[in-house]
Amino acid sequence: MRIAVCLKRVPDTTTKIVIGSDGKSIDENGVKFVANPYDEYAIEAALALKEKAGAGETVVYSLGTDAAQETMRTALAMGIDRAVLLQGGGSPDGLEVAKALAAELKSGGFDLILFGKMAVDDYNHQVGVMTAELLELPCISAISHLAIEGGTVTAEREVEGGVEVVTCALPAVLTTDKGINTPRLPSLKGIMAAKKKPFELKPVTLGAGGLTVTGLTLPPERKAGRIVGEGPDAVSTLVQLLRNEAKVI
Amino acid sequence: MAQILAVLEQRQGTLRKVSLEVLAAARTLADQLGGGATVDGLVFGTGAVEGTAALGKAGADRVLLAAHPDFGLYNPDGFAATTASIGGSYAVIVFPATASGRDLAPRVAAKLGVACATDVTEVGVEGGKVSAVRPVYAGKALQRVVLGGAPAVLSIRPNTFAVAQAADRADAATAALDVPSFTQRVTVKEVKAPAQSTLDVAEASIIVSGGRGLKEPGNFKLIEELAAAFGTAAVGASRAVVDAGWREHAAQVGQTGKTVAPSLYVAVGISGAIQHLAGMRTSKVIVAINKDKDAPIFKVADYGIVGDLFEIVPRLTEEIKKIRAEH
Repeated sequence: MRIAVCLKRVPDTTTKIVIGSDGKSIDENGVKFVANPYDEYAIEAALALKEKAGAGETVVYSLGTDAAQETMRTALAMGIDRAVLLQGGGSPDGLEVAKALAAELKSGGFDLILFGKMAVDDYNHQVGVMTAELLELPCISAISHLAIEGGTVTAEREVEGGVEVVTCALPAVLTTDKGINTPRLPSLKGIMAAKKKPFELKPVTLGAGGLTVTGLTLPPERKAGRIVGEGPDAVSTLVQLLRNEAKVI
Repeated sequence: MAQILAVLEQRQGTLRKVSLEVLAAARTLADQLGGGATVDGLVFGTGAVEGTAALGKAGADRVLLAAHPDFGLYNPDGFAATTASIGGSYAVIVFPATASGRDLAPRVAAKLGVACATDVTEVGVEGGKVSAVRPVYAGKALQRVVLGGAPAVLSIRPNTFAVAQAADRADAATAALDVPSFTQRVTVKEVKAPAQSTLDVAEASIIVSGGRGLKEPGNFKLIEELAAAFGTAAVGASRAVVDAGWREHAAQVGQTGKTVAPSLYVAVGISGAIQHLAGMRTSKVIVAINKDKDAPIFKVADYGIVGDLFEIVPRLTEEIKKIRAEH
């Protein structure tokens, strides 16, 4: 089984956001960057599927700057066989990202192309699905359960108030949600092995795109609240405030 | 004359509330674009859908019904092909950022070769172009974008656009829309009920969330009982308890979970890690119950009670039940 995983380097989720001097992006000073958490589920799914199949190849792709190499090494340390970095920076327009990835993945002969359902930085929620459309492959997005039998994918995805059971044939594009698996940690042996795995760098040029970021701001601060009281005796006061002041019950 | 397409959502023949929110956003854009811009609502189904005429009051000028025997459940390829078949003639297409909408909007945008702004919380027009505000980094920052493509494709976050009810607006006429032939690559077989909470945190107007302060999974019963006392409230959870396997991921509020904006958010035994606060800080009213008076959750809470949740929550449940019975 040949599986591609697409990975994005993003700020760690514990990052306190500071707006950069351009007023459109974050100040990256002192920010710790990690693999997008949703992409780690995709990596784990790829590794587990290859192990189950007993043969095949897993390849991690990323579009970004050279700094993404370090993040991709983590994927190699987890067990991915080789890496391809598309050196093209990034774009706020997910379609431009999808075009670059689709052009690269088109001739890869993959049975499965995996993405995280979204990146925790731009919250775009679209590159995997768009890549599938460009490649004219079936796509199931945001899956929290996956089974593959005889070339057929059966996946589950959370919807409002329920769980959809969805099927498609291979080859396919899937995007992973939390809950699908628990990503393994790289072993020391894996970290050593990662240093010797093939790592390809390919310059790409992204189109201008149709989406322009004109500003980035911090959300308005919440008004300072108050401690109503201590212990169960404060409950009556709270309920009265919710009813008469906040008017939410 | 600019035209706006609002892609609506129905389940079992009944329109979902988020459909009215999509129409409200579409109407806002139509009014700001001016020049008599009109709004078409697009509904998928196997046949007639209830209440389409009344969508006029919510902002629709016309409702297009795309009926197909395979449109009983979400049909990614069929819905995308149908929307794309007419999408090119619109100035703007608005989707709901729901489970289906988040899947459908990028499909349609890719088919039309245009950009897509997802999960937006504000819409506007700048220099004749559609602009939007979208929370990024789980709401830790707000990104302002301008869409240059035609059509401009966007999806709106549920629970953020106020539903319009303009009594003076006429009923919407319904027209049948031909479904083009499409290759169905993906099939939704069924929708199963979830194992735990049935009300989704992303859509609920009241959320009661529990964290590590509950000490063990069985104590989530206290959270469930409080949620039940409110009538229709959803049960949420912090990342810590989801990672510990106490609750399903569907309930997780925060950066690797859901971003929510209910009218009331009650955080019980949640200290308020930065990634949790990011996911719930736009709630209208926040109540925090925590034993640590220095917990970060109290910095965003409108009302806080410091103390033992095992004493406070049962009392709160009783008082809420009492006040709801009286009124």
